[in-house]
Amino acid sequence: MRFDKPAGSNPADRGTVLGQPLPRIDGPLKTTGTAPYAYERHDVANGQLVGYPVGAAIAKGRIRSMDTRAAKAAPGVVAVITTLDMDRLPKARMNVAYLFGGRDIQHYHQAIAVVVADSFERARAAAALIRTDYDEDKSASFDLAEQRRAHQDDEVEPMAKVGDFDRAFAEAPVKLDQTYTTPAQSHAQMEPHASIAEWKDGALTLWSANQMIEWSKQALAKAFDLPAEKVRLDSPYIGGGFGAKLFLRADAVLAAVAARETGRPVKVALPRPLIANNATHRGLTIQRIRIGTDRDGRITAIGHDNTSNTLPGGDGENGAAPTQHFYAGANRLLVHRPLEMHLPESNAMRAPGETAGLMALEVAMDEMAGKLDMDPVAFRVLNDTQVDPDNPERPFSERHFVECLERGAERFGWNERNRKPGARRDGQWLIGHGVAGAYRGAPVQASGARVRLKPDGTVRVETDMTDIGTGSYTIIAQTAAEMLGVPLDAVDVALGDSDAPASAGSGGQWGAASSTAGVYAACVALREAIAERLDADPEDLSFADSVVRHGDRRTPLTEVGGGEELVAEDKIEFGDFRGKEYLLATFGAHFVEVGVHAATGEIRVRRMLAVCDAGRILNPVTARSQVIGAMTMGVGAALMEELAVDTRYGFFANHDLAGYEVPVHADIPEQEVIFLEGEDRYSTPLKAKGVGELGICGVSAAVANAVHNATGVRVRDYPVTLDKLLDGLPDLA
Amino acid sequence: MRAFTYERAETPQQAAMAAASTDHARFIAGGTNLLDLMKIEVETPAHLIDVNGLGLDTIEDTDDGGLRVGALVRNTDLAADPRVRRHYGVLTRALVAGASGQLRNKATTGGNLLQRTRCPYFYDTNMPCNKRRPGAGCAAREGFSRQLAVIGGSEHCIATHPSDMAVAMRLLDAEVETVLPNGNTRAIPIADFHRLPGDTPQIDSVLIPGEFITAVTLPRPLGGKHFYHKVRDRASYAFALVSVAAVVQPDGSGRVALGGVAPKPWRREEADEALPRGAKAVMARLLDGAEPTHENRFKVNLAERTLAAVLAEAKE
Ligand SMILES: Cc1cc2nc3c(=O)[nH]c(=O)nc-3n(C[C@H](O)[C@H](O)[C@H](O)COP(=O)(O)OP(=O)(O)OC[C@H]3O[C@@H](n4cnc5c(N)ncnc54)[C@H](O)[C@@H]3O)c2cc1C
Ligand code: SF4
Repeated sequence: MRFDKPAGSNPADRGTVLGQPLPRIDGPLKTTGTAPYAYERHDVANGQLVGYPVGAAIAKGRIRSMDTRAAKAAPGVVAVITTLDMDRLPKARMNVAYLFGGRDIQHYHQAIAVVVADSFERARAAAALIRTDYDEDKSASFDLAEQRRAHQDDEVEPMAKVGDFDRAFAEAPVKLDQTYTTPAQSHAQMEPHASIAEWKDGALTLWSANQMIEWSKQALAKAFDLPAEKVRLDSPYIGGGFGAKLFLRADAVLAAVAARETGRPVKVALPRPLIANNATHRGLTIQRIRIGTDRDGRITAIGHDNTSNTLPGGDGENGAAPTQHFYAGANRLLVHRPLEMHLPESNAMRAPGETAGLMALEVAMDEMAGKLDMDPVAFRVLNDTQVDPDNPERPFSERHFVECLERGAERFGWNERNRKPGARRDGQWLIGHGVAGAYRGAPVQASGARVRLKPDGTVRVETDMTDIGTGSYTIIAQTAAEMLGVPLDAVDVALGDSDAPASAGSGGQWGAASSTAGVYAACVALREAIAERLDADPEDLSFADSVVRHGDRRTPLTEVGGGEELVAEDKIEFGDFRGKEYLLATFGAHFVEVGVHAATGEIRVRRMLAVCDAGRILNPVTARSQVIGAMTMGVGAALMEELAVDTRYGFFANHDLAGYEVPVHADIPEQEVIFLEGEDRYSTPLKAKGVGELGICGVSAAVANAVHNATGVRVRDYPVTLDKLLDGLPDLA
Repeated sequence: MRAFTYERAETPQQAAMAAASTDHARFIAGGTNLLDLMKIEVETPAHLIDVNGLGLDTIEDTDDGGLRVGALVRNTDLAADPRVRRHYGVLTRALVAGASGQLRNKATTGGNLLQRTRCPYFYDTNMPCNKRRPGAGCAAREGFSRQLAVIGGSEHCIATHPSDMAVAMRLLDAEVETVLPNGNTRAIPIADFHRLPGDTPQIDSVLIPGEFITAVTLPRPLGGKHFYHKVRDRASYAFALVSVAAVVQPDGSGRVALGGVAPKPWRREEADEALPRGAKAVMARLLDGAEPTHENRFKVNLAERTLAAVLAEAKE
């Protein structure tokens, strides 16, 4: 099915199941510990061995030699495979760093060996016996600020150049020119990267934790020089990803290499202390933002110049991304400078670009409102735009940012806010309020599904879509239930298996909107197949209560197949109009109250409110769960998360969950989420967009702005930790 | 983790003897620190002596009005003991500010005193660390040192001692009772129990090889108001950037000890005397001679401000 024009009304509009606040259908499996995660799939292949990875001890250079004798002789060891045993494995386009093979070390903790044994403990013990000698490359660069200085005069093609920024900025009566930094962040997902691999008759099966089945299937085929049909990937349950599991990672490659070598199934998980440096992170950024306005606060010039780290071939974290379309302003200059450095691979993490970009932009907007002596809500409202500021010919399909701000302000009690920084106290605590806007695109990807109507009247949906804790199982079941008029518990959903039709996968907040559109397409095809059986026009059929109605005729679904299963498969593909003629995006506003201890600078978030504008909400329960999780992650980014770069050794020093702090329950207060009623018929047949990434966008800036409002101290280098506040806090009695 | 042999000790003395007579032996109590370090081969004992079966898990009144806390008393039980809560509030508060409920259920009094530093380079066996490998150098001094010591360190090591419990015990002038491999016992004032690194940062305490902690005794209660203010980047489940333990008497006199700033719980009796004159006067003595790194300089200011907050609360 092609989605070539805005959606009209269709059976999914009924909203009897779709759009209802239903609990997750996979919830009981999760809460009883019976959902099979990759590393625990003991039943899928007999005789599993355990592989334990070894990471490089240097950040850049070459391996001179490896001594594996002791490891090979250790008890229980079946094989030791080192990176010197094979050429570099070819990598797929999406990967930046090479995953295994060859002498060259591109980054710290790069996988250099896998030790395979009959138990995890024996594999781990033997892995520690490998001795490696390196030639270190001392010319490597690990310091983003230093690299930025070295490259400040480089000519870079701007991402966007509209009007005459330099002149407009020079002439603006009110202006801001500030630089903000965001640190590297770790996805810190609960489930480590993990895979079990098995080879049979030249074909590879991988049970893994992976967000994007089709991409990774292709990547495996490329790495091992196989036709794609010789690769099967299965990833039904995933314990969080946030982008960490978008691409093939070392666990998958090492398991496959080790299984090939030993002729037995092998499983490999990345140990937690390896993940930060072996896998991917959100890149660091240094962002210079310039905003000029007229005296009334209308933006006349906006410039965003972003610098980020990447390994050769990558793009870093593009903080300028959200500024491209968020606010009005006739003169615009946006630049992104990914600098090639030798830290580990920076790559996508929840709302790549927007998260880091809005951490800076939305503080700049707050500072600008301060300069203008305007309410930061009013300043944002004034600079709303209903058309793409880069190309005013192109309107937004739906944009209700102003409504988000206004609804939120009312609900939060913004009028009661502390107006003068540092002026409000509650005992030893300084109280502050902050607001920030949220912007994130609404991308989609082609997505396929197969739907089976069983003779017993139940429905099975098969697609390689993944559920990374997001609720895919549930909204897909809701879609099929709505389209076919069956109760939710009559729908069985099978996800994550590459034998099923390729889907959009989970990434870029496109998963929910795209995959449900794919299921919609398959359900339309099934309705057509049913119509054919009934010798009717599909348009004349209606489906409800497990019965098909056609005029006066009522045929129970159990009878339409005449004892046989009816199967239909289709794929949604999105036409150009979506994006070309209209700009599609999601919007939000975040309101935060913090307390800052007047003596110690300890920061505690007291309440949070998000208002989201994201088209039709397919299930308010799972959508809310996405947003509150994202708000929590935004608090982490604001107040504590930082992979600490050791610029001498070129690695992230705090590479475990004791050193890399994420919020705990005690950090998270009451969180309220409001979804604006609405639908976006330009987006998908279900008129839906994503919320999973929108939820984190802007949160951190709202927290940072609240801290400023509480204390009068403006921190422009994240995370906002107490050491950065101390000098500006009130003198002690 | 390396392979190891394992035995269960029958008596404290037998535990001490076994430890002294076996190469690379370690006691295992709750295992919450030791096992983590064994998994990454920062600790590589060849033999484990399990001391969990020794009893030593009771809290008894002492003749001079204090408490004797068995070495195997779990942190949770110590924190919850009504006598501790009533008379040694600072200790309860310090305990519950540490780790998590699950960890405190396993962690023991003896093990907590001997937990090792949380310096990130100590945990990464690729990095030079004198505490882990004497003579290798110290990666932290000029590296990621935000968490580390501002006082009491040396050019060889600036690790902090991470325990919260020990800070309260230092404030209370607890004593650590031990049995030696030869069967003798001794009582070590907690002030002398942990070592400063000097040029042997690999040795954390004054215990001799095999020496086994049987109990910690708390002297008679001090009265006064008890405080433990632990400052960190998140609200729970993190080690202290700075912690302040204090007992403040109605006349404004009292005691102060700091966590998170030094290789041992940090207290100077002469600083206590300045307490009636306020936080600045105390810190002028308590942190005199501090040599922070550029990353942890803030701790000096933070310690003073945290004490000021505590003193303000004491007046309420
Ligand atoms: C995630 C995490 C967070 C934590 N957060 C905090 C925190 O915020 N604050 C805090 O204070 N602590 C914290 N801890 C540390 C925790 O308090 C210690 O791990 C615990 O107290 C150690 O006690 P244990 O009985 O488990 O010791 P074990 O691990 O069994 O032993 C530790 C050491 O003590 C030795 N030992 C044990 N008993 C004796 C004895 N009787 N005599 C002689 N030697 C002995 C052992 O040989 C070993 O070397 C945290 C730990 C973890 C894992
Ligand atoms: S501070 Fe101490 S523990 Fe840390 S690296 Fe230096 S020597 Fe090792």
